[in-house]
Amino acid sequence: MSAPTTSPAPQQTIAAPTRTVGEHVRDYVARLRGGDLGALPAILGLLVLCTVFSIVRPAFFSAGNFANLFTQGAAVTLIAMGLVFVLLLGEIDLSAGFASGVCAAVLAVLVTLQGLPWYVALLAAIATGTLIGFVLGFLVAKIGIPSFVVTLAAFLAFQGIVLLLIKGGTNISVRDEALVAIANRNLPTALGWALAAVGVGGYAAVQLLRHRNRSRRGLATDPTGVVLFRIAAVAVIAGVAVYILNLERSINTLISSLKGVPIVVPIIVALLVVWTFVLQRTAYGRHVYAVGGNKEAARRAGINVDRIRISVFVICSSMAAVGGIVAASRGNSVDANTGGSNVLLYAVGAAVIGGTSLFGGKGRVLDAILGGAVVAVIDNGMGLMDASSGVKFTVTGSVLLLAAGVDALSRRRAAATGNR
Amino acid sequence: MSATPLLELRGIDKSFGPVQVLRNVDFAVYPGEVTALVGDNGAGKSTLVKCISGIYPTDGGQFFFEGQPVTVNGPRDAAGLGIEVVYQDLALCDNLDIVQNMFLGREKRNGIVLDEATMEQLAGETLAGLSVRTVKSLRQHVSSLSGGQRQTVAIAKAVLWNSKLVILDEPTAALGVAQTAQVLELVRRLADRGLAVVLISHNMNDVFAVSDRIAALYLGRMAAQVKASEINHSQIVELITAGRSGDLGLPPENGAENGAEQAVTVTPGAPQ
Repeated sequence: MSAPTTSPAPQQTIAAPTRTVGEHVRDYVARLRGGDLGALPAILGLLVLCTVFSIVRPAFFSAGNFANLFTQGAAVTLIAMGLVFVLLLGEIDLSAGFASGVCAAVLAVLVTLQGLPWYVALLAAIATGTLIGFVLGFLVAKIGIPSFVVTLAAFLAFQGIVLLLIKGGTNISVRDEALVAIANRNLPTALGWALAAVGVGGYAAVQLLRHRNRSRRGLATDPTGVVLFRIAAVAVIAGVAVYILNLERSINTLISSLKGVPIVVPIIVALLVVWTFVLQRTAYGRHVYAVGGNKEAARRAGINVDRIRISVFVICSSMAAVGGIVAASRGNSVDANTGGSNVLLYAVGAAVIGGTSLFGGKGRVLDAILGGAVVAVIDNGMGLMDASSGVKFTVTGSVLLLAAGVDALSRRRAAATGNR
Repeated sequence: MSATPLLELRGIDKSFGPVQVLRNVDFAVYPGEVTALVGDNGAGKSTLVKCISGIYPTDGGQFFFEGQPVTVNGPRDAAGLGIEVVYQDLALCDNLDIVQNMFLGREKRNGIVLDEATMEQLAGETLAGLSVRTVKSLRQHVSSLSGGQRQTVAIAKAVLWNSKLVILDEPTAALGVAQTAQVLELVRRLADRGLAVVLISHNMNDVFAVSDRIAALYLGRMAAQVKASEINHSQIVELITAGRSGDLGLPPENGAENGAEQAVTVTPGAPQ
């Protein structure tokens, strides 16, 4: 596996190693026209929504509301990040919402009723999610029940388990300071900057090292300009976000000061990095895409398809547990509705709006975050406009339909141009 | 028949429940040669290939690889021996690119991280070694490739592993004239590089264009295995449809059932 130093010259006919920025842009446009839209619809949607809401309700465009968006959308986004794995196989997990509810209930029962330390309760909640995922995955992969049916049954059953755990309709409060901090406290401003710097620096290092490694081996590389542009874009986004979040958001600074990056933000970013690494840079991730693209080909390549199928449900439910913990933290309590009502639909919507295909084989963890942002912005903006729940649901449903429509149309376009 | 066969099967039996699909099949493949495996639908070609590649366990018979008896209990064993199969449906993932497909299931890694650069380099060298110049970029998704290009990628994938035996299941069935010629040229090049190639095909033109040896299966039995130069088009068709042709092939139905004898390839003066 060490670098074979035999001449890399012969394959020059296949991979032209140097491409100009212009060519890169042309390639990108060609891909778009070929139906490979990627995250573009979500980004455009986000821009349009933000512009409209800022004009209609100037309060939308305030530092305080910007921070709200993150904490409001966090739970759904985390669940959506897990769902991406299941969707990549062309499966579905309808129980992710109530799985998060079950895990949140486990957390609340252990920490409030049993008085266990927060970290024990936290680990127990995540372990519950892992177990749920294993059972779901086992039923789908080994017994052969369609995931739609398994998780539909689980959707109902978990709703019941939440009720059983919290003894009927009661509401268990979560008062543990460490748990409450997850969704309700902020990082010190200096730490926010430091984390942003480390993150951007790490991204730049990875990109530049990869660029250097590839060009040294004579492989096709993205033009240096494009690599630098990507790094700059990440730096600007991180810088602006941290700057705004570090502004004073308290209405009366004499009573309390409210500024800094919400703690949940670095948690989401860290999970984004971890899962993106797993999907893009490990053999396991490659196998997930392969099983989603062509199960039979994956099987013949010696990939243990059943294990991959079980594992994505484990990841999905474990991430649902993380989402449930964040939801419990944000609400300071767990009740029968935690993880219920629209949580699952928002999460599936987030993944699909972000560009993850419901047909499997295509999607990224980043999609869940972009889609989660769209869902959070709609929810938040409509709330500011005093829209009723009815209007909110209708609009969110329409956006989801629009996203699924874009997915279906781009697939058709792609099929016509022979592009996936 | 100077060299020892790379792979030799003796007396292979295979049944699916009550249906006996392969009956005492002998089959030999030589390095540096293209061996065509022909037969009508249901003759057992695909089953034989799946037995060789370890997908189906055999009920009886022996495997010899490079003269040594071996057992093949799964695809991994076959791959370990250097046997690669390119299936009719190619088994490529549309949503992955050429390099990712070529290394699927056997990715090169640095620790837990995929070593993309090395994989891309090796894939490029392999394609260049096969004189493939039709693909634009190694990072193209397979979905954007033509049928012939896909076939090329599937074959390159099989060659990548320093394999000794490559089995191609109907590689030209779905291709146009120009692409068929390209793929056949590639098949010939594999054999010229010293690999043993098994070509399954229904197209007699393809068979005669590239093969050195032809093996005909008839209703689960090996009717004959002969040099391509010693047989003509109509004889092959007879072997495929009737199991015998002149003094070639299986004895008549009511002839003496002698399993060990009837599968022998060329049996001059066999009882008619």
